[in-house]
Amino acid sequence: MADSYNQSNKAYRRSLMTHSIIRLIVCIILTIICLFPLYVIVSNATRDHQDILKQGISFFGTDLFKNIETINSPTKFAGLFKNQFLLWDGYRNSLIIAGFSTIFTVFFSGMTAYGLVVYDFKGKGFATNFILAVMMVPMQVVSTGFLQFMYQLHLVGGVQAYIALILPAIAAPSVVFYMLQYMRSSFPLEIVEAARIDGCGEFRTFLQIALPIFKPAFAVQAIFAFVTSWNNYYTPAMLLGPADNNLKTIPMMVQSIISADKLSDNGAKYLVITLSVLPIIVIYLILSKFIVKGVALGAVKG
Amino acid sequence: MANTTTKQKSISYSKFGYMFIAPFFLVYAFFMFYPLINTVRLSFFGNQGDSVNGLDSFVGLQNYQFILFGGEGSFAQVSHDNFIQAFGNTFLLWIGNFVVQIVLSLLLAVWFSDVRIKTPGTGFFKVVMYMPNIITAASVAGIFLMIFGNSEFAAVNSILLKMGVLSEPFRFVDNVWSSRIIVMMIQTWMWFGNTMLLLMSGIFGIDPSIYEAAAIDGSSGPSTFFRITLPILKPIFFYVVITSLIGGLQMFDIPYMFHVGSNVNDSLRTVAVFVYERFTGVKNYGMSAAASVILFIITVFLGMLINKFNTDSTAPKKKRKKV
Repeated sequence: MADSYNQSNKAYRRSLMTHSIIRLIVCIILTIICLFPLYVIVSNATRDHQDILKQGISFFGTDLFKNIETINSPTKFAGLFKNQFLLWDGYRNSLIIAGFSTIFTVFFSGMTAYGLVVYDFKGKGFATNFILAVMMVPMQVVSTGFLQFMYQLHLVGGVQAYIALILPAIAAPSVVFYMLQYMRSSFPLEIVEAARIDGCGEFRTFLQIALPIFKPAFAVQAIFAFVTSWNNYYTPAMLLGPADNNLKTIPMMVQSIISADKLSDNGAKYLVITLSVLPIIVIYLILSKFIVKGVALGAVKG
Repeated sequence: MANTTTKQKSISYSKFGYMFIAPFFLVYAFFMFYPLINTVRLSFFGNQGDSVNGLDSFVGLQNYQFILFGGEGSFAQVSHDNFIQAFGNTFLLWIGNFVVQIVLSLLLAVWFSDVRIKTPGTGFFKVVMYMPNIITAASVAGIFLMIFGNSEFAAVNSILLKMGVLSEPFRFVDNVWSSRIIVMMIQTWMWFGNTMLLLMSGIFGIDPSIYEAAAIDGSSGPSTFFRITLPILKPIFFYVVITSLIGGLQMFDIPYMFHVGSNVNDSLRTVAVFVYERFTGVKNYGMSAAASVILFIITVFLGMLINKFNTDSTAPKKKRKKV
């Protein structure tokens, strides 16, 4: 009796084990699929063009510095790499746009949500519903009218285009929506009452009492806002398309390199792509724990 | 007396409410709402490519007529053909990536949240599988263009040639179907991790005691999945489908960049690319605006579907609260 029980228990455990191993194998295959393209670009960035022609995929090479020289050379390929891919300018521009956008998005979304949660006023219901309703309206749909309007305001094709790239970040409906949920569930209004009794002004209450409480929620949203803005090609290409190369963002520079026919040095091209993804991958590896947790919290799928 | 003082108080505070929400609404009105109205207005005006009507002339519904039904003259006909093709491409590229993506994500989400059979390294796998989603789309397009290039020197071609599968390089990027399949693959590669995490958050919301009860009653793995997990997941599943469809309608980056040379691949021209091409280079605002308005109407319709079909319309909100 006990024996047969042990036997079936063993069989059961064995079947669990088999399942577990099958799943592990599938996951390992998927991991390889996810990482392989990245391995190809990083390894080929360290290899010489001729090497890559002979063998498309291989181990790391020793020609990284040669490729670095190529993309910095004013003479090779008529200086096209150097003129089109201005690495430091690109990082700087992307950082300025993504950085300010992130700060604006998080701060003003928090402020809007705070206003909607803490205060009672006429039209509050309408304002909340409006934000929920416009969450799904994508940039692509309004971009014709947006671009034409920006041309009228002379905000296309120069440094002034940065205004049109950064300011709209103040109105981020999906972030407001997320903050609303967060505040409603974890912000006791009594704190505001207490602050008022102590003679704290409304804005000071928001800045010094509410903001620190929202820090965790802000952090998650800030990461996503930054990555989204850094990766954005559509709006910057629209507004900075006619601008000088040193004002363009990293995705725009990468696009101009990969679509250029004449640049036939694959090692240097792989290096350009590697350099463009490097910062974002470093950020991801450092913050992956928060990012993976945060995906389901406030992400509206793009 | 007490009543009036509190009332006065709430009135005096309400002005702060307006002040807190004012920046959002001002900026939204200026950068989103007015552009939307402007788009609708422009859709009734002429195009630069239209030799009969100038850029500033009011043409009524002609742009809509051109792109939806065609008309006389090559301008109207080309616009119509391009638009219909763009719509077909968009849908094809979306459905091709979504079917694979949802099956894969659902499978992984169920596996990773299984309490009975643990998959070792779940945390690591989640991190790795979400990673393609945060990589810049322009770079992703670059990576796959280098791997699936047209020439005999591109990675895949060189391997296939060496193995003797091909005798001459296959033009992966130029070929209609191979380019579409590659773009579908890229989209799946980029988005399956994201969908998986969304579905997992839905599965974690399910009360574990339901599964215990099912196990005691002798429910097998597949029947637990189809009779318990799927029905409970229905609201979030629906949410994922519709948001993905809305996202798919705007699909731009990868199809726009997956080409060699200066022209966008015809077989990859999505509606968003159609719109973009028309308002950047030639300034055919009327045409691109009309296409945008059609896109907008479809998006609104889909957005309303989420609210209507979701009997539990608070599903995504609930989920957010819980976590």
